[in-house]
Amino acid sequence: MSRRRVVVTGMGLVTPLGTNLEDSWQGILAGRSGVAPIEGFDTSAFTTRFGAQVKDFDVENFMSKKDARKMDLFIQYGMAAAIQAITDSGLETTEENADRIGCAIGSGIGGLPMIEKNHELLQKGGPRKISPFFVPGSIINMISGNLAIRFGFRGPNIAITTACTSGTHNIGYSARTIAYGDADVMVCGGAEAASTPLGLGGFAAARALSTRNDDPQAASRPWDKDRDGFVLGDGAGVLVLEEYEHAKARGAKIYAELTGFGMSDDAYHMTLPPEDGRGAAAAMRNALKDASFNAEVINYINAHGTSTPAGDLAESRAVESVLGAAADKVAVSSTKSMIGHLLGAAGAVEAVFCILAIRDQVAPPTINLENPQEGCNLDYVPKEARQMKIDHALSNSFGFGGTNGSLIFSKV
Amino acid sequence: MSTIEERVKKIVAEQLGVKEDEIQNSSSFVEDLGADSLDTVELVMALEEEFETEIPDEEAEKITTVQEAMDYVTANQ
Repeated sequence: MSRRRVVVTGMGLVTPLGTNLEDSWQGILAGRSGVAPIEGFDTSAFTTRFGAQVKDFDVENFMSKKDARKMDLFIQYGMAAAIQAITDSGLETTEENADRIGCAIGSGIGGLPMIEKNHELLQKGGPRKISPFFVPGSIINMISGNLAIRFGFRGPNIAITTACTSGTHNIGYSARTIAYGDADVMVCGGAEAASTPLGLGGFAAARALSTRNDDPQAASRPWDKDRDGFVLGDGAGVLVLEEYEHAKARGAKIYAELTGFGMSDDAYHMTLPPEDGRGAAAAMRNALKDASFNAEVINYINAHGTSTPAGDLAESRAVESVLGAAADKVAVSSTKSMIGHLLGAAGAVEAVFCILAIRDQVAPPTINLENPQEGCNLDYVPKEARQMKIDHALSNSFGFGGTNGSLIFSKV
Repeated sequence: MSTIEERVKKIVAEQLGVKEDEIQNSSSFVEDLGADSLDTVELVMALEEEFETEIPDEEAEKITTVQEAMDYVTANQ
């Protein structure tokens, strides 16, 4: 029996470069940086004082103020991206299809702002001051939950949390859910809003962040020899995945097909990858195997490429080991050079960029790449976007815990 | 200085996302103003904050309309 095919029929974004799909994508193609000094709290005591926050987000474009108060910022971003993706797909919920539409939208961290605020209320005023909306407003599965309530989606409802691989895993899981026959449509992706004192301070304490405070827009510089860590970012990315015949039958616009999904773990260290990137390579190989593709068909890779010293080198080696001689021909870029690292949203936002790269036949650039580090030998599309033939694009995500995921999208 | 009625209605409007002129003294939070059980918990917390008082849970359960909220505040000033 042949496998049910899965296609992309809707997309939505909230990123440091814009609160919708096209603004974000135009920013990426122009090589614009969304990095700036962090706003919202006093960063003077922090070793890193900049990030890639979302600007000019008006939640009332997507929901009432009353509803917004019950959702922490990552949920608001996730809802906004999902509402845009669903609108883009033209999907209508009916009594006939509602049981066959599901949601899988995760987050790496979840509702840190509400946790911090309610902890403060508890300390100052005792347990009676904790908001009744603290728990439902901050837990990770509440984008999926709130979407189901708003749109009447009665199918599978889940939120996978695997640190910085969350977005990728939710999309891959959703594709499997459709292929297996548990649903015909899945609204899936990831969201994050962890630019808070604890979020920033925590990643700084783990020595994961760039400290280039004198030039924030040059801080995210994947594969460059002067890179010194990632830039914390906020936002959300959501896809509408749909079974191919279902999409065709309703005359939906089809952006691309999700042809491959692979997973693995490094089984090595809490935060560091092994130097040879073997776990990353295994995820890519598993995705290629899932798609029944030879490695050389991949034209473009949206790398995890966070701008950390160890991670970028390991991923570069992993790509070389998987592609072999074909590694010379593949374009590999990191859009994190522009929007920073959106943690649990990263894989979803970058999946959207891969699909748009296929739609527009253009590889996004890696900005700030002045001098590639020795050992980083791939074609990283430095500084400027490049028009090129892209039939198959691969997106990588790797997270704390050594968890890896790769997705392959193909032109239909 | 606003009256108790004005202050209560302002809080109800903010908490429940309704316009002040839609709020009658007889309005029930759940039946008329669209509140659910969690909204009413938060509404009582906001009243406690505004009037610098503590409303015990058994009393809070009896506050289901705007008038009952005003009566409670007036009686416990």
